[in-house]
Amino acid sequence: MIPLALVVIPALSAGLAYWLRSGRARSRVLITCGVVHLLLVAAIWIEGDHAVAASGWLAADALGRIVLTLVSILFLAVAHYSVGYHAEQRARGGRRGRAFESCILAFLAAASLVTLSHHLALLWIGMEATTLAIAPLVFDRRDRRSLEAVWKYLVLSSVGIAFALLGIFLLATAQPTGAEGGRPLVFGDMIQHARQLDPAWLRAAFVFVAIGFGTKMGLAPMHAWKPDTYGEAPGHVAGLMAGALTSCAFLGLARVTAIAFAAGQGAFVRPVLIGLGLTSLVIAAAFIVGQGDVRRMLAYSSVEHMGILVLGLGLGGAGAYGAVLHTLNNGLAKGLMFLTAANIVLAMGTSVASEIRGLLRILPASGALLVIGLFAVTGSPPFGLFISEFTILRAAFTEQHPWIAASTILLLVVIFVGIAGMILELAYGKPVPSHAARGGGGSTERASLVVAPALLAAMVLLLGVYIPAPLADALARAAAVLGGHAP
Amino acid sequence: MTAARLLWQLAALGVLLVAAPLILGIARKTRAILTGRRGPRVWQLYADLRKLSLKGAVYSITTTEVFRLTPLVVLATTLLASTLLPLNGQRALLSFAGDFAAFAGLLALGRFFMVLGALDTGSSFEGMGASRDVTFASLVEPGLFVTFVALSVAGGALSLSGMLGAELWLRWGAVAPTMVLLAGSIFVLMLAECARVPVDDPATHLELTMVHEVMLLDTSGPDLALVLYAHAVKLSLFAAIIVDILVPRSTLPPWSAIALLGAGIIGVGILVGVVESTMARLRLSKVPLFIASGSALGLFGLILLLR
Amino acid sequence: MTSLTELILFLVVLSDFAVLGTSRLSSCIRAVALQGLLLGLLPLVIDESLTRHAVGLALGTVAVKAIVLPAFLRWAIREAAVRREVEPLIGYTASIALGIAALAVAFAVANVLPMRGGEAELLIPTALVTVMIGLTVLITRAKALLQVVGYLMLENGIYLFGLTQARRVPFLVEAGVLLDVFVGVFIMGIVVFHINREFDSISAARLTELHE
Repeated sequence: MIPLALVVIPALSAGLAYWLRSGRARSRVLITCGVVHLLLVAAIWIEGDHAVAASGWLAADALGRIVLTLVSILFLAVAHYSVGYHAEQRARGGRRGRAFESCILAFLAAASLVTLSHHLALLWIGMEATTLAIAPLVFDRRDRRSLEAVWKYLVLSSVGIAFALLGIFLLATAQPTGAEGGRPLVFGDMIQHARQLDPAWLRAAFVFVAIGFGTKMGLAPMHAWKPDTYGEAPGHVAGLMAGALTSCAFLGLARVTAIAFAAGQGAFVRPVLIGLGLTSLVIAAAFIVGQGDVRRMLAYSSVEHMGILVLGLGLGGAGAYGAVLHTLNNGLAKGLMFLTAANIVLAMGTSVASEIRGLLRILPASGALLVIGLFAVTGSPPFGLFISEFTILRAAFTEQHPWIAASTILLLVVIFVGIAGMILELAYGKPVPSHAARGGGGSTERASLVVAPALLAAMVLLLGVYIPAPLADALARAAAVLGGHAP
Repeated sequence: MTAARLLWQLAALGVLLVAAPLILGIARKTRAILTGRRGPRVWQLYADLRKLSLKGAVYSITTTEVFRLTPLVVLATTLLASTLLPLNGQRALLSFAGDFAAFAGLLALGRFFMVLGALDTGSSFEGMGASRDVTFASLVEPGLFVTFVALSVAGGALSLSGMLGAELWLRWGAVAPTMVLLAGSIFVLMLAECARVPVDDPATHLELTMVHEVMLLDTSGPDLALVLYAHAVKLSLFAAIIVDILVPRSTLPPWSAIALLGAGIIGVGILVGVVESTMARLRLSKVPLFIASGSALGLFGLILLLR
Repeated sequence: MTSLTELILFLVVLSDFAVLGTSRLSSCIRAVALQGLLLGLLPLVIDESLTRHAVGLALGTVAVKAIVLPAFLRWAIREAAVRREVEPLIGYTASIALGIAALAVAFAVANVLPMRGGEAELLIPTALVTVMIGLTVLITRAKALLQVVGYLMLENGIYLFGLTQARRVPFLVEAGVLLDVFVGVFIMGIVVFHINREFDSISAARLTELHE
């Protein structure tokens, strides 16, 4: 019953939060729900694969469990951060709508549904619901720019995900009717009876799903909404999107890819994934170098990491293991970066890089987190992203793709130079006097705005030096489902 | 047997030629009733034609022989075209492979002479009307061909008699919805080809907005009667095509087939009147879209038949 | 039963073309509402026997796609005082031509697809052409409201495709999909409303502040 509770409790809390009038009560609901969710996720880890509900439609297999954990951790971090963020905004006379807590709780319910559902159409419903739950939050500032951002996000994501639905229907068509095909669209049955799938329909299905969930992940060339949305949404919302929402979309793509692998369509699927991954890396590198806005730069960094994920998935072998681990690492690192960026925007009133200098002196804690985040997000040792990227690159060599490995390394170096160039200048440059004033007392950092990103940073660091045994076991099993193995 | 068949074919043609002015009268009457007027009698055009043919013709001194020849050519081409249609639902008087091209070509020849005649007068109004008429015609013609090709696919023959005549009955059940589409396409193209609302308003009195009528400003007397009659015959020819498409009559006794033709022509006349009373004339720039929509129906039908 | 299904599918295609060819916003919405109604009728006629599943699906579809969403879009037009012209980026005749091309492609593709089971022959090409025309509307119409209409048509096409699998996809899933579409269009409509107030126009072409 735990899987069902993981979906229902946040959904009910969303309703409750909308009904409550006091902002403080809503915040309490938010935090409580986040804590309960995380505890339930811990219970799922203890229960293992026995956690099944709704006649097998909801289940927590290794892959889903890892993404679910990421979603839960990020949610709690963002929830905690949002309390401080809104207090800070209130202190400056800003007002906010009532919908924030409801939307973000609805997002948690939908994202949990995505990670837990083993019925692919149900997974789609959750995925579309995440899009819709997050959209009102992008439109937080209610000005022209955020309006444009939310429109692009809504239209592109909705159309993309409509294609994914078409792909899922195609998948159902590929499945033979009757007992020999297994239950329609149920993940486990499809894997088990994968050989009975019609190859032509399966390929068509995979292409549509790759386009659809690829749009949702923000893979190039379907990434057009990403910089605008992440640039305009409030930082913590963008963090949730870049960390949790994209990971859910990756999970959807990974599930269909696993089915395709099981059906022996690897030769068709792998080049598509590798091509999408390399394209994303190239686009990200091209736009990160010379980028003038911190949050847009982070958006392109998200495009880069999504590219690395599908690259790992496409390479197979240890690459699949690396991709799953990278999902976790990237999600945590993106949370860290966007929450820190939100602090900067809160203090400076802007995210335009040329107007921000000397962060380490103005905002010592956030500045330090930004520099830590820089090394984390670019995959430098000793952070977790180094391990996962290294695993994927080594897989490229072992799977006989030296050229892919070489070009990836080159692109990663370019991206590192681009990101480091911007962030080091932000952190170490000489403060521009006018801006400290504009931010309005930015020199005092609320402790509550630093705790969440600091904890996320600690987790990324931890994953770089030590992977707990249950997690390692789950990673290996998830990799096995995705046609790979532990390194 | 052949003599009897020939007789029935001639009878059908006779009904069409006699009833042709009626279709315009019915259209006008319908429009009048639906817009709350009494309107002229449905036989009015017969009286008009008689009156005009008793008058003398007046020719402008700028006109040449071409102008005098025009009414005759227009009527001749239309009559010739009417011999190509299987009016009794069986076979036409004349029938050969590819005669649908001849049908369209004859109508085009008539139009060509109409335009020449209009240009011959040297009037700028008539030149403008001619220009518009040709513009629309150049859009109608491809649509007509598409629909004929679709019909020939449906009937499995290259002659109008083959695609609309006896053999259609055998296949009609399988392709009925497509046939409705094609009839719709022909109806739209008919409104454009025969200068009816919403492409052209035959009741307008403003030369600037006229298309077809403006080309007849200098035509008078018996000449005008001929052109008006030819126009009515052309409209009933299209009506006959619609009847052929929608009501395969090859298994009916000949007299009832001919009666159905008459009833169908009256029905189309009423339909034209209904369209005229419910729709306004389209802006000139919207007419191509209207014709293209009609052609699109034909293309849709063709695609359905080819799949 | 089959010919009734075919007739409905015909009308669906014609309503696609109606959206492509009309210049009035309200006519487009009426066409898409009609399409929703036709889609709602399909589950009732496509199977020989009336199941509770089919009736529920029909009722839900008609309620959402033929009644509530069109009414909501009309509300958005009225409240935001939108100009009633479509203002396409390409001409109507060109749109129709594109539609015809899409139709040809749809039938060509449907011919080569290996189909399982005895689904109505026209269903797949109709679904494909509705998806393609929906995309065409999305891309070639500058008005944000028409992009919503295009999205709705896209969803309708996918729904048609889903009908081939209707017996195998449980009702709960269909209800969820319908709910998602409903909420999606609802949020889009709200955004359209705000776009119009901010920019004095619901032309998405004005949304050009964000770029590299």
